[in-house]
Amino acid sequence: MTDVGVAVGRVLFVMLFVLNLGGLLTWVERKQSAIMQDRIGANRASIFGLRLWGLFHPLADAIKMLTKEEFYPARADRVLFGLAPFVSVFCALVAFASIPFGDTLSVAGREVPLQALTFNVGLLYVFAMLSLGVYGVMMAGWSSANNYALLGGQRAAALMITAEVAIGASIVGVVMVYGSLNMMDIVRAQGAVLGGWLPMWGILTQPLAFVLFLTAGIAATKRIPFDMPEGESEIIGYFVEYSGMKFGLFVMADLLETVVIAGMTVSLFLGGWQVPYLVRDGFAFPWGAAFALPRVLVTLLQVLAFMAKVVAMIWFLMLIRWTLPRFRYDQAMRLGWLGLFPLSIANIVLTGGALLLWGPR
Amino acid sequence: MKPVQRVYLREVASGLVLTARHFFVNMGRHLAHALGRTEARGAVTIQYPEERRPYAPRLRSLHRLVRREDGSPRCVACMMCETVCPAHCIYIVAGEHPNPDIEKVCTEFTIDLGKCVFCGYCVEACPEDAIRMDTGILEFSSYSRGGMIYTKETLLSLEPAGPDGKPRSPVPIPADRTP
Repeated sequence: MTDVGVAVGRVLFVMLFVLNLGGLLTWVERKQSAIMQDRIGANRASIFGLRLWGLFHPLADAIKMLTKEEFYPARADRVLFGLAPFVSVFCALVAFASIPFGDTLSVAGREVPLQALTFNVGLLYVFAMLSLGVYGVMMAGWSSANNYALLGGQRAAALMITAEVAIGASIVGVVMVYGSLNMMDIVRAQGAVLGGWLPMWGILTQPLAFVLFLTAGIAATKRIPFDMPEGESEIIGYFVEYSGMKFGLFVMADLLETVVIAGMTVSLFLGGWQVPYLVRDGFAFPWGAAFALPRVLVTLLQVLAFMAKVVAMIWFLMLIRWTLPRFRYDQAMRLGWLGLFPLSIANIVLTGGALLLWGPR
Repeated sequence: MKPVQRVYLREVASGLVLTARHFFVNMGRHLAHALGRTEARGAVTIQYPEERRPYAPRLRSLHRLVRREDGSPRCVACMMCETVCPAHCIYIVAGEHPNPDIEKVCTEFTIDLGKCVFCGYCVEACPEDAIRMDTGILEFSSYSRGGMIYTKETLLSLEPAGPDGKPRSPVPIPADRTP
């Protein structure tokens, strides 16, 4: 009974965190872009005169999309057409499952790792799910019986291959440094301090991989500057024939992928749930000072730190999305295959050499 | 394209710094505004229905008919405005005035604002200064053509705008427009 409760709790926490964050991102996106551009942003939706800086706009959008007509094109493949948005959202949602949001917590005498699913190959699982998400996009593009949608789906497939190759090659360096494919182990290994004071976060041990991973990760979310599958200004993209909540699900999937990429970046490069110098029973500063804290408080701090890091990373991804102009299709392909991919291979070689020289024997 | 430019990182970084600076500066101003420093503004937006920018005094807005001291309209139905109007949107019906010194008076003075082009010629042409376009009212939309036709009584009831350009009389809302 406790096992089931713990499992449901773990899954529910991750699910609600990702879903709520994904829903909120529509608001964050509108507000952040507005503030960056000296505007105010959507602020008119209100409940009994209460506006709350436009926080009700996601709600109003959801109501609008749910009450709109669900349009099926005459020559569309009805099964695939209906299924596509759900595949997209499902893959984006479950991808977060093996990202740890805290250290182990003892519940009823058991040590419970704070992540929805404990996997030895958790890292590969996240990328598998991220790549599977493109099937929804391709299904949408193919089943719409629309040339523009087909072009969008084809571009999505090409972009996803480009991005996934670069992501996969860039994280090999991280895996080599921390010696595990288990996300929990990777995050735990980042708690070690280098030279007595420097937290061994991925961004310090793998700076090149960080840049490569972030670039490829943004490409995997299919948002500007890598929005060729959508291409609002040229082909409208794979969801050109979609309306109502099915269209909303595609937008949602993009935002959820943003959350997943932010979570991945935080876990692999920014120390995950690690707070600098916070160990199991309190703070232990490099200058000798120590500060004892109860276990529950430490775990709470770690979970909060993870959330804060994810939110900050999402802020940064949004900043990039609202700053950079979009790449042309061929430019993105060139960047992926001639820029990111060879550099990540070089990173693997460099990491191997460095590990040979200074690594653990 | 030089190879250095192919590596977008430098330009990307400078762009991100620029937009991030805007974000934080504006956020600070919004925060200061929320904490009571009302002169701090984080955005250039003017929130229109609640907040209006001051109109220029020369702005040509909704017409009004000027009254004499006894309250009757100044208009003497000379038809100058109706003649000069390039849009043919003014319709005047002349009548007798009880005072024999005043030759004519308008019994009907109707402006079809659906046709009006707001050129202001009627104001220029009027020898009696009986029609002005200084009410400061700009929002007079309607769901029907009939709602755009303003009669003498409506036009006489309007006040000139205040010194800040703000309208002083309420917008005459046509019957078919729910406010």
